[in-house]
Amino acid sequence: MSLDAATVRRVANLARLRLEETEVEKLQAELNGILGWIEQLQQVDTDGVEPMAGGAPVEVKLPWREDAVTDGAQAEKVLANAPDREGEYFGVPKVVE
Amino acid sequence: MRPTDLTLAEGLEALDKREISAVELTQSFLDAIERLNPRLNAYITVTGEAALADAAASDARRAKGEARALDGIPLGIKDLFCTEGTRTTAGSNILGGFVPPYESTVSANLKRDGAVFLGKLNLDEFAMGSSNQTSAFGPVENPWSRANDPEKRLVPGGSSGGSAAAVAARLAMGATATDTGGSIRQPAAFCGIAGIKPTYGRCSRWGIVAFASSLDQAGPVARTVEDNAILLRSMAGHDPKDSTSANLPVPDFQAAVGRGVKGLRIGVPAEYRLDGLAPEIAALWDQGLDWLRAEGAEIVPISLPHAQYALPTYYVVAPAEASSNLARYDGVRFGLRENGSDLKDLYERTRARGFGAEVRRRIMIGTYVLSAGYYDAYYLKAQKVRALIRRDFELAWGKVDAIVTPATPSAAFAMDEKQDDPVTMYLNDVFTVTANLAGLPGLAVPAGLDGQGLPLGLQVIGRAFDEETVFAVGGAIERAAGFTAKPGMMA
Repeated sequence: MSLDAATVRRVANLARLRLEETEVEKLQAELNGILGWIEQLQQVDTDGVEPMAGGAPVEVKLPWREDAVTDGAQAEKVLANAPDREGEYFGVPKVVE
Repeated sequence: MRPTDLTLAEGLEALDKREISAVELTQSFLDAIERLNPRLNAYITVTGEAALADAAASDARRAKGEARALDGIPLGIKDLFCTEGTRTTAGSNILGGFVPPYESTVSANLKRDGAVFLGKLNLDEFAMGSSNQTSAFGPVENPWSRANDPEKRLVPGGSSGGSAAAVAARLAMGATATDTGGSIRQPAAFCGIAGIKPTYGRCSRWGIVAFASSLDQAGPVARTVEDNAILLRSMAGHDPKDSTSANLPVPDFQAAVGRGVKGLRIGVPAEYRLDGLAPEIAALWDQGLDWLRAEGAEIVPISLPHAQYALPTYYVVAPAEASSNLARYDGVRFGLRENGSDLKDLYERTRARGFGAEVRRRIMIGTYVLSAGYYDAYYLKAQKVRALIRRDFELAWGKVDAIVTPATPSAAFAMDEKQDDPVTMYLNDVFTVTANLAGLPGLAVPAGLDGQGLPLGLQVIGRAFDEETVFAVGGAIERAAGFTAKPGMMA
């Protein structure tokens, strides 16, 4: 599989990364280099192998905590690093006309 | 002996005997930072005032006979750990002004035990890199240099390059670090110090800026194996705020360091004898095995047949998780914002401006391998190969108690020996990455010098949650190696 320029633009759009036209060609070459190298995984016989999910070295059950409110009422802390705010809300450009 | 030359264990002893106060010790390190950091660039942020205040509080506790496990020990904190009220950048422009209103569990544990934080240490942006050259705050320099070319500036490795360089140059007694594919062990080896990536789940990931959640694990770097054991004991422990944190008791790792290797079976994986492995590295590996044999260990050849697929597996899994984790940096809730014509334009401009080239590259790879039509071929396939890599280790544990390999395929390289091709750069982690994929503990120990006088390390990999055996083997290698070489640039 090899990425064409249109796919590079599509992936950048999915990733929400603005891409200048001048960057497409270089990125296309780099990504194809990496993906070409990753291709070797296709040589491995994985028939019947359960995919490993998570990083635990042994299968561990995800613990459950009690469904209780343990936190809250920290608007100032939550908003402390906001680039823009309106009262107790994050400020963003108008989304709906 | 200068206070900055003390090991962490010696520092605790000197503090206990009142040979030095925590304030004096901290001041020595702050002076060293002031002198050397402009060149090394190991610290992004120095918190001198807070450090001296904490040191004074520590001295007061000790005077009352209430000293804690790490009381008065000056440490550096990798700038990937959120520290309450202190800027935390992850080496990225997108978090350049971020001041967390909370403290990571690992750094909170260290504070609980009385450690003094000198500041925040440089790293590859979002921990993505093996040379520390991707940091938005500039590269870190390795305090070591080549005997025949002392002017050539070398990289400290990455991503915990600031942590390793600071400890090697005596700008901290120890430091926190994180390891997703080798980011503790590779820089430790490049800087001639020790560093352990513990078992996945041993340390809480809560409050650490996430890169690849199923691979990331925090650990210490310090000059000796024993110092690592002391630090890990404080850093580790169950944390209900991280659902992958293991609910297991934390052993006395320090006691394990001197345990010896008599009767232990040490595995040597045939697949790690890579074509073109530098003869000096191969010789050091053989030397390490001879040392262990002489101490009563049995050397056992083993096979890890899927190890050769570990790096390409990693470069599917890690970018996939990174693309997901880094979706939160959108210019709305925290961090950098670039204004746009609408919300999508704001996201796209913020992320393009805020992330450096390597981070953008990995987000692109991750987004692609998770996208419709490619998920099965790349991501699912990689998760299956990952399961096979883990199974190889499980089979090996039937035959051996620990595995010993080189830590890196070369000594530190120069900053201007730029590895333009990303794949070449990724090969730095070829020996370390299997332990992340399988979730196992791995320790890098300085074991010798190459022909240029640069440090080389060996790696000890152990069973899950058996860091004690890893420390025992690492301690034996350290004693036999008698590594006393020092970097040219040092406090």
